[in-house]
Amino acid sequence: MSLIQAFFAIVRRDLLLAFRRRAEMANPLFFFVLVVTLFPLAVGAQPNLLQAMAPGVIWVSALLAALLSLDGLFRSDFDDGSLEQLLLSPHPLSVLVLGKIFAHWLVTGLPLLLVAPLLALFLGLPGQAMPTLWVTLILATPLLSLIGAIGVALTVGLRRGGMILSLLVLPLYVPVLIFASGAVDRAASGLPVSAQINILLAMLLLALVLTPLPTAAALKMSVN
Amino acid sequence: MSFIPAPLSRFFHRTASPPHFYALADKLVPWLTVLFLLLLIPGLYGGLVAAPADYQQGDSYRIIYIHVPAAWMSLFIYVLMAVMGGIALVWRMKLAEVMLISSAPIGAGFTFVALVTGSLWGKPMWGTWWVWDARLTSELILLFLYLGVTSLYGAIEDKRSAARAVSILALVGVVNIPIIHYSVEWWNTLHQGPTVSKMDKPSIHISMLIPLLLMAGAFKLYYAIAVLQSAKLELIKREPSAQWVKSLLENKA
Repeated sequence: MSLIQAFFAIVRRDLLLAFRRRAEMANPLFFFVLVVTLFPLAVGAQPNLLQAMAPGVIWVSALLAALLSLDGLFRSDFDDGSLEQLLLSPHPLSVLVLGKIFAHWLVTGLPLLLVAPLLALFLGLPGQAMPTLWVTLILATPLLSLIGAIGVALTVGLRRGGMILSLLVLPLYVPVLIFASGAVDRAASGLPVSAQINILLAMLLLALVLTPLPTAAALKMSVN
Repeated sequence: MSFIPAPLSRFFHRTASPPHFYALADKLVPWLTVLFLLLLIPGLYGGLVAAPADYQQGDSYRIIYIHVPAAWMSLFIYVLMAVMGGIALVWRMKLAEVMLISSAPIGAGFTFVALVTGSLWGKPMWGTWWVWDARLTSELILLFLYLGVTSLYGAIEDKRSAARAVSILALVGVVNIPIIHYSVEWWNTLHQGPTVSKMDKPSIHISMLIPLLLMAGAFKLYYAIAVLQSAKLELIKREPSAQWVKSLLENKA
């Protein structure tokens, strides 16, 4: 089996597993919508306040939803032992891990794109910011999965890794949050956003190349 | 490894053995303490008494003699931890793991001191305890990175794998620190720009600069003392039943 085949076999397997448990797939989405709903309840429903906060609210909620879904990335494989099989395979672990992250993003990151415009509408985000919101979501949610995978790989062997996972991963999410919500904010005021988008793209490409390596190393440590 | 001269590599291998390191640290600490005091006392005197008051900030600026060295140390120690992490991952050197994990609480302490002194200074100068300014925010995130290292190490039972996990985390963190720093910088800036590192013409007077450098040296030595002491303890905790620990304790008793 060539490397490419192995990569797509992993993606196929994970997607299949996810579709068998469809109820779980929707959870990050519900969480995302719920967190966004909490903000107007907490800060009041003045339309101009909500409109000013909309990019930040949507992005913080997307980030928390991504964080919540991360735990499922390696957990079941760790529990049933298929992670060990992955480690034993002749192919480089970092590429296989990339396949798992890709499948995970398709299941948890991509659906956020469908709900985000609806929530933006609820919060009164101007229509001109909508394309930018989509572009930042497309670029930055895989980035969240890639960076988060390192943290998951480090904590997958722990019984109660949830709190530590957020402590490890959230500081690393800061640049993503700054540029993504900054871009949406600027787009809402009608300013150019190409700088932020370019930086997000650069970070995504960098993360695609670099993050699978520490993730693979951390998985080897966790399985020991 | 042939490009390293034999005496040097022999020294490294010998120092990497726990009993040898323990004895060496025992011998080094008194000397380091003397040097530390030699730098600390003139540094504090020069900074708090001899240096002139700032023409704008009055005496409040004197907090930089604690604040700036602590902030420097907070970055320096993290980079050092990443270097140790690299060594620990590549050569599986136990001592590098011990040094890495002993450094983390000290680094977190320096970061905390830098944040607290900065906020004490900010109250009279900016009129507020805390602003969401670029440098303050990235220092706060650095504190979280340190806390992540210590809590991950504490959470993993097996200390060998815990050390490997922490090494990976330190390396990931050090790649991210510049990215976090510059993104936060772009996001918001209120903190005054660097005054010392403008090498050709520092915008700080020489009578203020010398005590600052003395204090920076003193903080480095303090770190060396603290990390050696805590590494000694960590070594004993790791192998409490080893022969050298037993004979050490019998000699002390």
